[in-house]
Amino acid sequence: MRTDVTADVTPDVTTVATPEAAAAVRTEVAPEVTSVVRTDVAPDVTRDVTPDVTSIVRTDAITAVTRDVTRDVARDATTDVATDVATDVATDVATDVATDVATDVAIVGASVGGLTVAQALRRRGFAGSLTLIGAETELPYDRPPLSKQVLAGTWPAARTRLRDRAELDALDMELRLGRRAVALDQARRRITLDDGHTLRYGTLVVATGAHARDLPGRSGLAGVHTLRTLRDSERLREDLRTARRVVVVGAGVLGCEIAATARGLGLPVTLVEPAAHPMERLLGTDIGAALARLHTEHGVRLLLSTPVAGVEGEDGRVTGVRTASGTLVPGDVVVVAVGARPATRWLTGSGLTLADGVVCDDRCRAADRVYAVGDVARFGVTGPDDRGVRLENRTNATEQAVFVAADILGAEARYRPVPYFWSDQFQVRIQVYGSVPAGATVRVVEGSVADRRFVAHAEADGRLVGIVGWNAAARMRTARTLLDLAAPTA
Amino acid sequence: MSTTREDATPHITVEDDRCVAAGHCVVAAPEVFDQREEDGVVVLLDARPPASARAAVHEAVLLCPAAAIRWGDGPS
Ligand SMILES: Cc1cc2nc3c(=O)[nH]c(=O)nc-3n(C[C@H](O)[C@H](O)[C@H](O)COP(=O)(O)OP(=O)(O)OC[C@H]3O[C@@H](n4cnc5c(N)ncnc54)[C@H](O)[C@@H]3O)c2cc1C
Ligand code: SF4
Repeated sequence: MRTDVTADVTPDVTTVATPEAAAAVRTEVAPEVTSVVRTDVAPDVTRDVTPDVTSIVRTDAITAVTRDVTRDVARDATTDVATDVATDVATDVATDVATDVATDVAIVGASVGGLTVAQALRRRGFAGSLTLIGAETELPYDRPPLSKQVLAGTWPAARTRLRDRAELDALDMELRLGRRAVALDQARRRITLDDGHTLRYGTLVVATGAHARDLPGRSGLAGVHTLRTLRDSERLREDLRTARRVVVVGAGVLGCEIAATARGLGLPVTLVEPAAHPMERLLGTDIGAALARLHTEHGVRLLLSTPVAGVEGEDGRVTGVRTASGTLVPGDVVVVAVGARPATRWLTGSGLTLADGVVCDDRCRAADRVYAVGDVARFGVTGPDDRGVRLENRTNATEQAVFVAADILGAEARYRPVPYFWSDQFQVRIQVYGSVPAGATVRVVEGSVADRRFVAHAEADGRLVGIVGWNAAARMRTARTLLDLAAPTA
Repeated sequence: MSTTREDATPHITVEDDRCVAAGHCVVAAPEVFDQREEDGVVVLLDARPPASARAAVHEAVLLCPAAAIRWGDGPS
């Protein structure tokens, strides 16, 4: 990882960076700070440390990938970071837990979860310093349009931006984009970035989301795609321009949306899925069957109950998808949409419990002063036998972020969201509150499935557990309250 | 910062072609937002809500899953 970065930026660094800056990268500032404080010369701290810190950030600025970021960091370097260290020092000497509120917050992952934590903290009056670190170089953007408007070509990429530059500036935070966290040292409350720099925190929020899962055998084949990032979406869109036959592997929410969007572009599309219905895990079998009809009517070729063995190619280009029973489903563009895996590799060895996500308690705490939000968080784990819940949806990311910001500032509630997601396919807006577990009884309470405008209730053990709506948004407003009322009081 | 915001009496804007009809805004601030009956798309009832609605509107800005609501120029 480090070599990647160096390869990209080496010329800049060697010409611009000062020897001090280079040295500072290798020197750890924190231990010096603590020793200065312990010998009771606190007033010197800022003066002693500031030069080092400034040079670290300047180096950062040099290596920063976009010009925007450079400007940002350079401007913030002398002010924010100096106070940063000063607050850290204060934390080290202070024994009162309450002073934690005033310490810095580092947020890793600059997408909707991470950014919303920053926004909610400021909203609630948090005046300490904030650092938001994100591996992607784009300003924080939203993912749902990537399989919809961006892929269809109806939105330019810039429309996916979550907040504009002025709004980000108003948050008064240090935004480090194109930077990846590679390690966490909990004992020292310090993270290491992919450029070798370290960052100390008072409170850490892990918001690193998830990566697209892949199929074995695809490596190096042109025409095979996964979809998670803006760049993925743009690359897939580019490939769809010249595609003759598209195969989508996986009829989860993402695969179904991609199939619908590609079909909307007029392309022949085959959707291959091991289960008997599309989105079966999310919609159950009855509504899943209605969704299958929707896709079939719009010309998608559905291959259900069809597990996939792998992707095949010739001369470096994909030729199709091989099913487990040996049939080749031909396609010159193949999209693999077989789920996501939480981005936790950088936390290996950190002491945090990782089990398909960062394991957290019902306040979303992974450890003392370490939180997780969004797709990466497995929250509500109360004991060794409790798997907790991990939600991969847009509303959970924001709700959990708002919750965590409040918890950092001293609220002590329990995070118990009503899960919610939506999906747009062939002019049908699907909305689901709660869940439709296997074996649930699904009853249409309003409208009709044939008209593709209905509300249905899912009941398990005689209790309302999920509400599904198709083109019934205004009718779905009470759904959350109904589910809250039906929830067991724990 | 807060004084400038008061003085400028910033108003709320919603981008209805972004709205995904999730209704979080209506739940958070029912006196400020509503949804269209036919497709659930947001309807702004009050672009300059009273101070009493402030916290609720900011909650809506944060929670809107389409980032479709903006309020003035301050951090939202
Ligand atoms: C194509 C697509 C369509 C979707 N459509 C819908 C929809 O219609 N409805 C719905 O409810 N949900 C939808 N979702 C899901 C929703 O977008 C996610 O739940 C949401 O993005 C989660 O936000 P997050 O901030 O937790 O994680 P992410 O959005 O995954 O962001 C995590 C960020 O952290 C960065 N990162 C990772 N590791 C590191 C590291 N070590 N150091 C620094 N940065 C790092 C990543 O680069 C990324 O930018 C969709 C998702 C996709 C991909
Ligand atoms: S919360 Fe956002 S997406 Fe939902 S109805 Fe309101 S404006 Fe639309």
